[in-house]
Amino acid sequence: MATTDTDATGAGPTADEGELGEAGSQLSTAPAEEAGQAVPGSFGGVRRPGALGAAQWLGREVIGWARWFWRQLTSMRVALLLLFLLSLAAIPGSLIPQESIDQLKTDDFKARHTTLTPIYEKLQLFQVYSSVWFSAIYLLLFISLIGCIVPRTWQFIGQLRGRPPGAPRRLTRLPAYTSWRTEAAPDEVLTAAGRVLKRRRFRTHATGGAVAAEKGYLREAGNLVFHVSLIVLLVSFAVGQLWKSDGSKLIVEGGGFANNLAQYDTVQSGPMFGPEDMAPFDFTLDEFTATYERSGPNKGTPRTFRADVTYHDGVDGPARKAVIKVNEPLEVSGYKVFLLQHGYAPVVTVRDGKGEVAYKGPVASLPLDGNLTENVVLKLGDYLDKNGKKDQTAYSGIFSPTVVPGRAMFSQSPELNNPMLFLTAYHGDLGIDSGIPQNVYQLDASKMKQYKAKDGKSPFKKLLVPGQTLTLPDGGGTLKFEGVKEWASFQIVHKPGISGALFGAIAALLGVAASLFIQRRRVWVRAQAQPDGTTLVEMAGLGRSESAKLPEELADLAVSLQADAPPAPEPETEPETDPAEAAEGARP
Amino acid sequence: MNLAVAANENLAHTSNVLIYSAMAVYTLAFLAHIAEWVFGSRSAVGRTAAAITAPTAEPQKVTVTVATKGGGTAVLERPKVITRSTVGSRDVPDGPGAAGGSEQGDVYGRIAVGLTVLAFLLHAGGVLSRALSVERAPWGNMYEFSTTFGAVAVGTYLVLLTLKKNVRWIGLPLVTTILLDLGLAVSVLYTESAQLVPALHSYWLWIHVSCAIVSGAALYLGAVSTLLYLFRDSYETRLENPEGKQYNAFVSSILARTPSAASLDKFAYRINATVFPLWTFTIIAGAIWAEAAWGRYWGWDPKEVWSFITWVAYACYLHARATAGWKGRKAAYLALVAFGCYVFNYYGINIFVNGKHSYAGV
Ligand code: HEM
Repeated sequence: MATTDTDATGAGPTADEGELGEAGSQLSTAPAEEAGQAVPGSFGGVRRPGALGAAQWLGREVIGWARWFWRQLTSMRVALLLLFLLSLAAIPGSLIPQESIDQLKTDDFKARHTTLTPIYEKLQLFQVYSSVWFSAIYLLLFISLIGCIVPRTWQFIGQLRGRPPGAPRRLTRLPAYTSWRTEAAPDEVLTAAGRVLKRRRFRTHATGGAVAAEKGYLREAGNLVFHVSLIVLLVSFAVGQLWKSDGSKLIVEGGGFANNLAQYDTVQSGPMFGPEDMAPFDFTLDEFTATYERSGPNKGTPRTFRADVTYHDGVDGPARKAVIKVNEPLEVSGYKVFLLQHGYAPVVTVRDGKGEVAYKGPVASLPLDGNLTENVVLKLGDYLDKNGKKDQTAYSGIFSPTVVPGRAMFSQSPELNNPMLFLTAYHGDLGIDSGIPQNVYQLDASKMKQYKAKDGKSPFKKLLVPGQTLTLPDGGGTLKFEGVKEWASFQIVHKPGISGALFGAIAALLGVAASLFIQRRRVWVRAQAQPDGTTLVEMAGLGRSESAKLPEELADLAVSLQADAPPAPEPETEPETDPAEAAEGARP
Repeated sequence: MNLAVAANENLAHTSNVLIYSAMAVYTLAFLAHIAEWVFGSRSAVGRTAAAITAPTAEPQKVTVTVATKGGGTAVLERPKVITRSTVGSRDVPDGPGAAGGSEQGDVYGRIAVGLTVLAFLLHAGGVLSRALSVERAPWGNMYEFSTTFGAVAVGTYLVLLTLKKNVRWIGLPLVTTILLDLGLAVSVLYTESAQLVPALHSYWLWIHVSCAIVSGAALYLGAVSTLLYLFRDSYETRLENPEGKQYNAFVSSILARTPSAASLDKFAYRINATVFPLWTFTIIAGAIWAEAAWGRYWGWDPKEVWSFITWVAYACYLHARATAGWKGRKAAYLALVAFGCYVFNYYGINIFVNGKHSYAGV
C-alpha cells in the first residue's frame, strides 16, 4: 500500500543549499517560502517635495502594495489558508437546509425558527454555495491558483529547456553517495555513465569531468496538469450552471411529451438558457412496471422501476423504443430523461347534469405515502347542471391501490391488489377564471359548496371499486370508475459542460497521481584519474526529498556502470571514500 | 425460489455467526497485544529504552550485497551506498517495538498477530457470506459498510506486515478500534440482509463504495500513525531537553518502544499521499453515478459536501507538507482534522443529517 516514491519532507532539497549551490536548485517549481514577515510601509523610499514628488511616491507606493498583495495572494501559505477556509465555509450548507436543494425543508425550517431566520437570511445561510462569501473564497483561491500556475509553468519550461546543473564540488555531501576505483580511463567511465543513465531515461549532460543527470520531470508536469484541471473543472461547472435547463413532467401510460416550454410541469433554467436552445424531441410512455419485495422485513420496498418509451429524436426522426430505469436515463438530443417517481391514475368517465361527457380519462394523482395512497383531484371547468346552467364542479378524495377490508382507506401495499376510490364532490366557482395559474393537484374549495348526503347535513361521500358509478345528489351528474393506469414522472435535463468536467476530473486524477508517485531526482557521476593510475568513480544522488528509493536506484545504476568500469582490487588505504569519514562529515 | 430464499437466509445467519466469532478472536488478539506491551515494559530494553536515543554512529547502509549481472556468471558485489539524512532532523532510531526486546513479550506479540490473522479470516468470511446471501456487494447499508471497512483495515495491516513494513506497533490500536467498529455494527447499525432500493442498483455501487472503503481503511491507518507521531514527537522533544519536564515512567515506557517520530510521520504521509488520488477517484466516481442516477453530478448534498471537505482537508495537508513553516506537528493536526472529516461524513451525516444518500438503512 504505502509504496509512494515521495517522501516525508516535502519540498526543498535535503542537504543544505549553501553547500550544494546550484545542484539543489530548481528541483521543483514550488514558490520559495518567504521569510514570513510582511513588509508593508513605504515602498518608495524618499518623498521629494512638490506635487510631482508626491505623485511619484504615491505611484511607487501603490505598485509596491499591489505587488506585495499579489505575492501574498499567490504564496503557498495563502493558498493553504484559502483551502482551509473553503472547507470551513462548506460546512454550514450541509447542516442548514438549502433552498437550492430542498425548498420544502427550508420553508419548514424558516417557519420553525423565527428568530434565527432573519439572521440566517442576512448571512445567506440558506444558499451557502451561491453566497457572496463562499464565492469570494473560491474565486480568490482560483485567482491565487492562476497566479501560481502561470509563473510555475514558465519556470518549468525553462527547466525543460535548460540542463541539469553540474556536479557539486563535494559529492560526499549528498544524501546518497557511492564510489569505487577502476582500471578504466575517466573518459570511458563518463561515456559509459552517460549511456547507462540515458538507457534509464535520465536527461544527461556532461561537464567538467562529470555527468549530470535528471529524471522525473513528469512529477512537475503532473502537478501543473492537476492544478490546471482544477480550473477546467470550475469553468465547466460554471458553464453547466449558466446554460442548464432542468424540468419535470408527469406522464400517464399512453401519454407523451414534446420538448417545448409549454409542456413542462415545472422548469428551471440557467440565466443564459433561452427557449431557442430547446432541442426538438418527443417521447411517449408506453408502459410502466414496478416490482416490490414480496416478503421479509423490507416487504413493500421497491425493487425495480422500468418505463418503456417510444421516442423521436428531432422533428421527424424515426420512432425508437427505449427503457428508462432509475440509474439508466434516456439520452436524446443532448438531453437526459430520468425516471423520477411513479404512481397510479384512476380512469374515470364524468357526465354532467345534462348527461354529456365532461371528462373521460385518467386522473394522475400524487402519492401521500410510500404505499401509494393518493390524493385525487379532478376539476371540471366546463360543466353544466341539470338545467343546463354553468356550474363548475370538482371531485376530490383518495385513491388506494390495496385496500384491506376492515382497515382504513390507507393503502397497505404499493401494488395494485384491491384498488378503491373514495370521493366527495363540490360545485360553485373553481377560481380558475381569474387567470392565476392553479396547481392541478390541489383544490381550493373556498368558493364552492360541498354536495350533501341524503340526510342533507353530512357531506356526500362514496366508495367505488372499478366498474362502479357514483351519482351526485340532485341530478348533479355521474362519475364512473373505469379502471387504473400507471403514471411516471420524468426529469428532463440539459446540462452542457459535463464532458469538460469529466475531462478535467480525469486529468486532475492522472496529474495528482503523477505528482505524488513520481520522484524527481538528480544523479551525478564523476571520474577522476588518481596518482596510482586508477580512476576514482564517484556517484551521488539527490531527490526533492529524502527517500529510501534513491539509494536503491543509485546502487542499481552503479551495478550497471560497473559492467564498463569494473572495480579494481581495493588498495590498502582509501582515504577519500572511507564510509566512517563520510558519516562523520554528515553528522558534525 | 423458496429454496433460494432459504439458502440466502442460511448464508445470512452464517455471516452473523462468523462476525461474532471474529469479534471473539479479536478480543483474544487484543488481550495478547496487551500482554505483549506489559511484558515489554518489564524487559530491560523496555525500561531503559529512553536512554538509547543518542544518535547511533553507524550510518544506514544498503545491505543488499549480491546481484547477478548480464547473462554471465560473474557475481558482483552491490556497491555500498552511504546515505545522509535531512539536515536538522533528529536522527532518533526507531524504538524496539511493543515487546521491547523481551522474549515473552515477543511470543505474545506473535500470538496476537496469529490471532489477528485468524480473526481476519473469520471476518472476511462473514463479509463474503453476507455478500452471497444478498447477491450483491456487501456495502448497501451502514452495517455492511462497517463490517467491510473493518475487514479492509485489518487486511491492509496484514499486507503491510507481510511486506515486512514496520507496522506491528499498530496492532493494538487497530484491534481495539476494530472491536469498537464491529461492536457498533452488530448492536446499533445492524440491518437484516435484504435487497437494495432501485437507486442503488448500479455497478457504480461496486466502484464508488469500494474505493471509499479502501480509502477510509488506509486513511485510518495513517491517522493512527499521525496521532502516535504527535505523542512520540513531544516525547522526543522532551528528551532533547533533559532538564525540562519529562513524561512519567509509564508513558515513557510506551513511547520509547514505538518507531521514531520521523518514521511515523513518513509512514502517515505515504499512506495519505497514496490514498489521496484514490479518494479523488472515489469522488469523481460518485459524481458520475450521481449524474446517472439523479441527473446532476454535483448537488451539494450533505454527503457530497463532506466528501469535498475531506478532500480539501487532505489537499490542505499535502500543501502544508510542501510549505516550510507548516511541516511536522501543524501538518499532523491537519491530517487528523481531515480524517475527522471522513469519520463525520460516515457516522455524522448518515445518522444525523438527511440527504439523498440517506437510504443507508441505519
Ligand atoms: C484549488 C485549490 C487547490 C488544490 C485542491 C490543490 C491541491 C494540491 C495537491 C493535492 C497537491 C499535492 C501534490 C504534491 O504534493 O505534489 C498540490 C501541490 C502543490 N500546490 Fe496546490 N492546490 C490548490 C491550489 C494551489 C494554489 C493556489 C497554489 C499556489 C499558490 C498551489 C501550489 C501548489 C504547489 C507549488 C504544489 C507542489 C508542492 C510540491 O512541489 O510539493 N496550489 N496542490
